Amino acid sequence: MNAVTGSASTATRPLRLDEEGLPFPEDLASNAPGGESAAEVEARMGIVIVGHVDHGKSTIIGRLLADTGSLPEGKLEQIKDLCARTAKPFEYAFLLDALKDERAQGITIDAARVFFRTPKRRYLILDAPGHVEFLKNMVTGAARAEAALLVLDAGEGIQENTRRHAYLLSMLGVRQIAVVVNKMDLVGSRQEDFDAFARDLGGFLSSIGLEPAAIIPVIGREGDNLATRSATMSWYTGPTVLEVLDAFRSQGEAVDGPFRMPVQAVFKFTNDGDDRRIVAGTIDSGRLRVGDEVVFHPSGKRTRVKSLEAFNRVAPSIVGAGESAGFTLAQQIYVQRGELATLAHEPPPVTATRIRTSIFWLGTRPLEVGRSYTLKLGTARVSVHLEHIERVLDASTLDAVTDRTAVLRNEVAECVLKLRQPIAFDRAADLAATSRFVLVDNFSISGGGVVREALVAAPTRESVAAANAHAALRAGVLWLTGPKGAGKSALARWLAAHADASGAKVELLDDDTLGELFPASSARGEPSLRVRRVAWLASRLEAHGAAVIVAIDSPDDDERRAARAQATNFVEIQLHAPAEVLAQRTGSTESQPYEVPVQPELTLDTSRLTLDETGAQVFAWLDEWSSQS
Amino acid sequence: MSATTLTAPPSRASRIDHLDQLEHRSVHLLREAYASFPQLAMLWSIGKDSTVLLWLARKAFFGHVPMPLVHIDTSYKIPEMIQYRDRLAAEWRLTVIYGQNEEALAAKQTFPDGNVDRLTCCGNLKTEALRRTLSGEGKRYRFDHKLGKYVVDTNKEPYTGVIVGARADEEGSRSKERYFSPRSGENNWNIADQPPEFWNQYATEFAPGTHVRIHPLLDWTELDIWEYIERERIPTVALYYDQGKGERYRSLGCWPCTKAVTSDARNVQEIIVELKSGRFANIAERSGRAQDKDDGGGLESLRREGYM
Ligand SMILES: Nc1nc2c(ncn2[C@@H]2O[C@H](COP(=O)(O)OP(=O)(O)O)[C@@H](O)[C@H]2O)c(=O)[nH]1
Repeated sequence: MNAVTGSASTATRPLRLDEEGLPFPEDLASNAPGGESAAEVEARMGIVIVGHVDHGKSTIIGRLLADTGSLPEGKLEQIKDLCARTAKPFEYAFLLDALKDERAQGITIDAARVFFRTPKRRYLILDAPGHVEFLKNMVTGAARAEAALLVLDAGEGIQENTRRHAYLLSMLGVRQIAVVVNKMDLVGSRQEDFDAFARDLGGFLSSIGLEPAAIIPVIGREGDNLATRSATMSWYTGPTVLEVLDAFRSQGEAVDGPFRMPVQAVFKFTNDGDDRRIVAGTIDSGRLRVGDEVVFHPSGKRTRVKSLEAFNRVAPSIVGAGESAGFTLAQQIYVQRGELATLAHEPPPVTATRIRTSIFWLGTRPLEVGRSYTLKLGTARVSVHLEHIERVLDASTLDAVTDRTAVLRNEVAECVLKLRQPIAFDRAADLAATSRFVLVDNFSISGGGVVREALVAAPTRESVAAANAHAALRAGVLWLTGPKGAGKSALARWLAAHADASGAKVELLDDDTLGELFPASSARGEPSLRVRRVAWLASRLEAHGAAVIVAIDSPDDDERRAARAQATNFVEIQLHAPAEVLAQRTGSTESQPYEVPVQPELTLDTSRLTLDETGAQVFAWLDEWSSQS
Repeated sequence: MSATTLTAPPSRASRIDHLDQLEHRSVHLLREAYASFPQLAMLWSIGKDSTVLLWLARKAFFGHVPMPLVHIDTSYKIPEMIQYRDRLAAEWRLTVIYGQNEEALAAKQTFPDGNVDRLTCCGNLKTEALRRTLSGEGKRYRFDHKLGKYVVDTNKEPYTGVIVGARADEEGSRSKERYFSPRSGENNWNIADQPPEFWNQYATEFAPGTHVRIHPLLDWTELDIWEYIERERIPTVALYYDQGKGERYRSLGCWPCTKAVTSDARNVQEIIVELKSGRFANIAERSGRAQDKDDGGGLESLRREGYM
């Protein structure tokens, strides 16, 4: 992958140490036969060390730091000293316990960041704790790791946490793992015991789809088979822990997949005459070049990349996975945070409002059927509702329980989620990064998961009944918005026609009805008097008990917000369709400026649904809304 | 925009290197912060770390810095620091805000006045000043670019997102930080109960009365910082370099409590060489800071209460 660069002779140079107190790999490499050049030691590999509490993770980390010469000078002595003063026996584990209260509790509580270095590369240890309460920290560590060590106590065997951690590693997508069987001294360092153990373990791991690169017998406290080969267990011929780590591959970033970039923001900073409108985000996979045709999902909007932007360097001609990018567009289209940028000639993502997922739950409050949560996937953020729990996996036995209505803390489950608005994603089997999401409950990230597949949007019962749907409307303002040709007027007339007589009186305000009475403003950029007058009129009608359906051109989001502020029950329904469809419907390719609503109550793509289906979805939403409020 | 020269893209192959990796992650975090917090501020201590952070903001926002930079002026900062602050503020057209604990200064409740010990002094002039400046209870002074001087800021809204240049390798308690770390109204930091962070998703939701600290530099080391300063040619305060007296500052603070270290490194390259091979390799960076030594857990308790 890297060109081998000629390096100066290091034979006589003394060992140099960097800021982290670590020797430079170039120096070490000179001692190692076949050592690699500096060019290959650029990035660091993040690893996690997981396992049941007290099985020896911290001891192993402490030993690895000490044995690779990765500790700052005097640190070991300092801790030994402190132990002597406090009359505590010295533990290698103390090296990690930088925090006072952590020492007091005696358990590692967070994914701390510790570095060590081998001749091959630098490692960042995301020290994952074993205490069951602190599973979320393990998730934090493991989600960023490229490889994992699973630590077990030879005397105690496979514990609940071991199973859970192994399963989570598999679900979080950590595929490179090695098992470290610690405390071999406690079982007499015998080969027969180890072999039996390794067989059991191998069977369990492969049942959940993990194939360990090695199962290594070690004595953490003495350092046997960590950095150096064990003299007492000379029967073991496999790799040491360091050897297995060095053999892992740094996966790098997924530049070869299809282009995916969740839009973080669209920037327009007008200071100093800067008139660039820059779409910004971090690329999850693939590459992007100037001139590429990009498609944003779920809006379906598309245009070409005009330029790639950067500060304090020559603008790049290509950007790829792992990079935080920014680009301008050939055409002024309104895109916003939450959309997924993709390339027109590559496989598209999936867009859906109902999904089947695998979820791990970390919240203190259970995940319950019928309740609403916020789902964050990429930069999209939508309100979801847990429709159904298909099965919950018992973490220790991995048996499936099927009749549950809640998922408890530390459980893993398969669930169906219903989304308030469509989001774009990939299936976990197709592209890991854009299949991952988290669930927020009560201001905190309480669970995570991957999307397995999209499900049919509306339950079939509804689509069959769509054509005959009727609903009683309540007093309120139904504000339909969308670009020209999106289908506002058609939907408005459909809703008015299907409104049930038992509900509120319906008033329809659309461009046809209003005609020249409320003239639309002519000058571009001028506030639309028509929108303001209609907003006021609608709020008055609502106050008198009418259900007002508004279907006029209202491209300005501020104006619509003002309308919302005046009404009591305001429901903003956003209609959209791909640019080609709009052009076909309006007979014009000229696109008018249109600001997409920030938080519409409902968003519908009218190119994918019949008018009956669109109408039925609005009714279904209104139904749910009335039952909730 | 300022007259910074363009550096050509690194001549390496397409692969992103270690500094790029750090830069991209930090930029991502800055943009997430900007998208999530309408009342966002960045702390700027004038030191190398927060100046790198400021530079990263210009990267993230394509030359702009769309948030105020908050500086806590203890009144004991080395004068060059303040000059440098105001020079960059004017050159890069930054929104700079400073705040201080005027009551404690007036009552002489400071260590240099001989009335309190070092830690209490830090508590008064930094922690308390910061808390009040962020919450809006304390006066905020904003640099007025037209007048070329500081005026009292009319915005008294509490900042709900605060970007801080802490690094995990600085000392023990910082290695437990999160990129997005919620703090209660009293600035308290509940170490054992932090929300998890994974898959580029962070604690951007927050309850009323709380705020979130954002740490885009968490993964950087002191060496990374200097190598990045060199690569990007970021202007830094001259105090970091030996001016011919055989000493320089490695970490900048208040003059009564920060000592220069013996060193003849005169520029960024020489500092990098010194860090890699010289005698600092195994000496903690904050060794020149006296308050760290007053008690074993000093920095951690200050941190819980909100000191950076
Ligand atoms: N006999 C023996 N004890 C060990 C070994 N490794 C660790 N221990 C002890 O096991 C206990 C738990 O170790 P620690 O590293 O704190 O476990 P953690 O909770 O997984 O981080 C400590 O008392 C260690 O001294 C080993 O190889 N042999």
